[in-house]
Amino acid sequence: MTKNGISLFDDAITDPAVFFLSVYRHFQLNYPKYHKMDNLSKLGWLTAEILLKDNFKEGRYKSEDIGIILANASSSLDNDLKYFETTKDTASPSLFVYTLPNIVIGEICIRNHFKGEHAFFVQDAFDAGFMEQQVNYLVSKNILQACICGWVELLEQEYKAVLFLVEKKKEARSILFSAENMEIIFAGS
Amino acid sequence: MSGLNKIKGADVFVVADNVLSPLGKTTDENFLKLGRNLSAVKQHEDPNFSSQPFFASLFDRNESIIKEGEYAYTKFEQLLISSIGEALQGSGIDVQNKKTVLIISSTKGNISLLETEGNDESLRNRIALPASARLVSDYFGFVNPPVIISNACISGALAILTGMRLLQSGQYENAVIAGADVISKFILSGFESFNALSPQICKPFDCLHDGLNLGEGAATIILSTNKKYRQNVKVKGGAVSNDANHISGPSRTGEELASAITKAMQDADISAADIGFISAHGTATVYNDEMEANAFYLTGLQNTPLNSLKGYYGHTLGAAGLIESIISVHSLKHGLVPATMGFKESGPIHPLNVTSYLLPVNTKHFLKTASGFGGCNTALIFGI
Repeated sequence: MTKNGISLFDDAITDPAVFFLSVYRHFQLNYPKYHKMDNLSKLGWLTAEILLKDNFKEGRYKSEDIGIILANASSSLDNDLKYFETTKDTASPSLFVYTLPNIVIGEICIRNHFKGEHAFFVQDAFDAGFMEQQVNYLVSKNILQACICGWVELLEQEYKAVLFLVEKKKEARSILFSAENMEIIFAGS
Repeated sequence: MSGLNKIKGADVFVVADNVLSPLGKTTDENFLKLGRNLSAVKQHEDPNFSSQPFFASLFDRNESIIKEGEYAYTKFEQLLISSIGEALQGSGIDVQNKKTVLIISSTKGNISLLETEGNDESLRNRIALPASARLVSDYFGFVNPPVIISNACISGALAILTGMRLLQSGQYENAVIAGADVISKFILSGFESFNALSPQICKPFDCLHDGLNLGEGAATIILSTNKKYRQNVKVKGGAVSNDANHISGPSRTGEELASAITKAMQDADISAADIGFISAHGTATVYNDEMEANAFYLTGLQNTPLNSLKGYYGHTLGAAGLIESIISVHSLKHGLVPATMGFKESGPIHPLNVTSYLLPVNTKHFLKTASGFGGCNTALIFGI
């Protein structure tokens, strides 16, 4: 796991749920709702926690001025397969609610009180150009002042999450928000 | 902090549309049936779906949606192909133009294949939404990669908003926006597990509202910035918000949907008094209807004529925002707003002006709203 190119945590664990729990413990997170999330939401939520920790000044923005644009390839299929198994006996409402990919956006919004624009797109592979266009529209038109965007993909043992925090206001360590820079970071992750 | 940027992109016009539902295969056929107060929701008994009888709006199982071709398209893909094909017919839109983009919305796509096929890697690839989108795109010969939106029950409305913005930004000139969902045991069992289904035709905003019906359907709307369509209805603005409250229950206050409505009106540069009618989400669950009523109250729209089409179509999930927007575009053109099937006496704490008959209107604008799991809300403004 890296942030801004610096490795923050590593572990030889391969099972996603076990690895995510070790990340959760390593960063001493305390959020009871985490434990009922499906793996896709855990992955996106944890990545957002690491992304925002230390350097995001939430109070700077109104809640409706912060948004989230995410994409992945497998939608919520990982949890769909688990939910479908329960329908053979007693369908589980707590699994059913996670059979939508945008629930991970809802979880990040609940945690951080983000109430702005959001959207979940499904694509074969991370399309940095499309993401840049979507976020630039919202930020340049002042619909959003800050936006989390990126890729949150998980299917059984395979997963990858790469999130970017985009702010109108330049910070000392900011780099230009561009498709090219996202592609470089995505490829190196 | 600056306000919303007032520099507008080009006007976005509605070129053509299609609604494909158990009520009919064209928008005109659907609109006619709504005017006659005919519902597609009825009781079904099918052990492949549920051990209990249930009310839903379903296509006839034996009905073939498109002619059998060389490739075995799934029902989901057939619905999209049929709807897009009908909308494109005679529209003059060139799908092979680099300036034309295809946008597809669905909540669950091919998920029903889990129930009939063996679970292996090829099935997983077949269920992935990009696989369906590619097949549909190739069927017509679109040259740009399709955009796919899967954002719960706002997917269809969000697809229209995404299309409007892609055109306003100048990236494309035409957008073909299609949505569909197929009902199977997977989806039905989930809503059953939530006790969210009504044991009758649903009753949006009625004092006896007791849950929703599910429905199958597809719809397509074609948008363009080409000035030759300048006499047509426009998509004038829209906005999305999140409740940040609960993943499966709506906001208690409706403030977040109200915020999306306010921003959509600002985007369209109109006020509440300019809105002649509202096409609400109106699922007929108590939580949804109360939340929406609060939002309309907060935005000064409590007296504006409002309908929900869920009593005719059920909740068509990823197609709902499209079907309901398209029917409302035709309401605007014909000056007739359909009645709200199932509504008799006001239910929510804040009473609304719910249509109980085919209402003549003379207006230039309507509002479409949608809300869904994950706390998502969207509002769209259409106008002449």
